[in-house]
Amino acid sequence: MTTVSMTVNGKKVSADVAPNTLLVQFIRDNLRLTGTHVGCDTSQCGACTVHVNGDSVKSCTMLAAQAEGADVTTIEGLAKNGELHPMQAAFKENHGLQCGFCTPGMIMSAVDLVKRNPNPSEETIRTELEGNICRCTGYHNIVKSVKAAAENMGG
Amino acid sequence: MYSFDYERPSGVNEAASAIGEDDKFLAGGQTLIPTLKLRLAQPGKLVDLSGISELKGISVNGSELSVGAMTRHVDVADSADVKSAIPALAQLASHIGDAQVRNRGTIGGSISNNDPAADYPAALVGLGATVHTNKRSISAEDFFVDLFETALEDGELVTKVTFPIPEKAGYAKFPNPASRFALTGVFVAKTASGVRVAVTGAGPCVFRQTDMEAALSSNFSPDAVSGIKTEASGLNADIHASADYRANLITVMAARAVKAAS
Ligand SMILES: Cc1cc2nc3c(=O)[nH]c(=O)nc-3n(C[C@H](O)[C@H](O)[C@H](O)COP(=O)(O)OP(=O)(O)OC[C@H]3O[C@@H](n4cnc5c(N)ncnc54)[C@H](O)[C@@H]3O)c2cc1C
Ligand code: FES
Ligand code: FES
Repeated sequence: MTTVSMTVNGKKVSADVAPNTLLVQFIRDNLRLTGTHVGCDTSQCGACTVHVNGDSVKSCTMLAAQAEGADVTTIEGLAKNGELHPMQAAFKENHGLQCGFCTPGMIMSAVDLVKRNPNPSEETIRTELEGNICRCTGYHNIVKSVKAAAENMGG
Repeated sequence: MYSFDYERPSGVNEAASAIGEDDKFLAGGQTLIPTLKLRLAQPGKLVDLSGISELKGISVNGSELSVGAMTRHVDVADSADVKSAIPALAQLASHIGDAQVRNRGTIGGSISNNDPAADYPAALVGLGATVHTNKRSISAEDFFVDLFETALEDGELVTKVTFPIPEKAGYAKFPNPASRFALTGVFVAKTASGVRVAVTGAGPCVFRQTDMEAALSSNFSPDAVSGIKTEASGLNADIHASADYRANLITVMAARAVKAAS
């Protein structure tokens, strides 16, 4: 066992875990934050995307031990005081989701994308979301949602 | 995943002495962790290199660009130094995998793994780079040996890669639509020691296309390579593309790389 300590959604957390524990397992099983999803076992779908020190990463492709001391944000950490994050609100408003399975990862990637590209073109949105797969929407409304959110976020 | 031990040393010497015969270095984990999840490897211990600050960073010293082994793809893609010294290298890094992979994956991990479809090997061979380890310096052409095989000995650690700054260089790849790995990628560079053309994705290991190098030496233009064919025998064939298709892609990507060169 190794002890891992990190900050998740602003709260300090610590646990003894086996060294082969993935960050996503730590988040879902230890912390019971089940908004972060697992959609594949080949590191390709992006459903497990969270922010580690501000960067979007696939939490299924990182050990909990590698996040020692890090600042982690999951989908549960985006809303503030009961109010949806502008990206969440835009997905709701623009029908950016159907079954919702890909949505937490899609939103975490999109938030990082807008941080790096405050005024993204449609093409930038599509290429920057290459690491997130959606089986339902056909992507059009996801792109629309991200564009709307970027405008609302002051891009 | 099988179980393993985990250690995060803070120096190169400690990392070298921590690693045993059945152990593996862990860099960005973007290849190693998927491999472990599929139980394709069973290391006794992972020695995480992320705590070693001397392995990170980018610098330009005169005619040479130096990139630390633990420098992430996103850092190479966004670096002002790389963009001005070797723009083709920044552009290559910005098209590796997806944003999440670029936020974790490193140059040291990519070249040590030597995936036949990886992008960096083309840049290293195309630019005539040198791979530095905790024991020695190895020219890129000697470093990449064969399919997933490098000149690294057991427990040898890549510390940095140095690239001579070329007059101009360009990279073009035909990405696998699912993974973005190179179905075929060609790196072209006009350097002080001549023109170099390196091909990744098409064969079992990165290689130089010398007919194209000769043609570009006298006429550095897309037309000079657009009629040059590569022998298809020995090239990779899989569900994504036949060997003939890859041979044709070498010509097409080489012309695009020359056109893009800056
Ligand atoms: C979905 C997806 C898409 C991808 N697409 C692309 C792509 O388009 N193009 C591309 O080139 N790559 C692609 N990759 C691979 C990616 O670039 C990886 O980052 C890279 O291959 C491995 O780097 P890493 O830092 O993650 O290394 P790790 O996975 O941590 O390590 C890889 C191997 O190298 C060894 N190692 C690591 N660092 C060192 C060192 N300093 N010295 C000695 N040995 C070392 C490790 O022991 C291990 O065997 C993709 C990966 C994924 C998951
Ligand atoms: S669960 Fe599919 S990429 Fe992480
Ligand atoms: S909404 Fe169903 S997978 Fe994207």
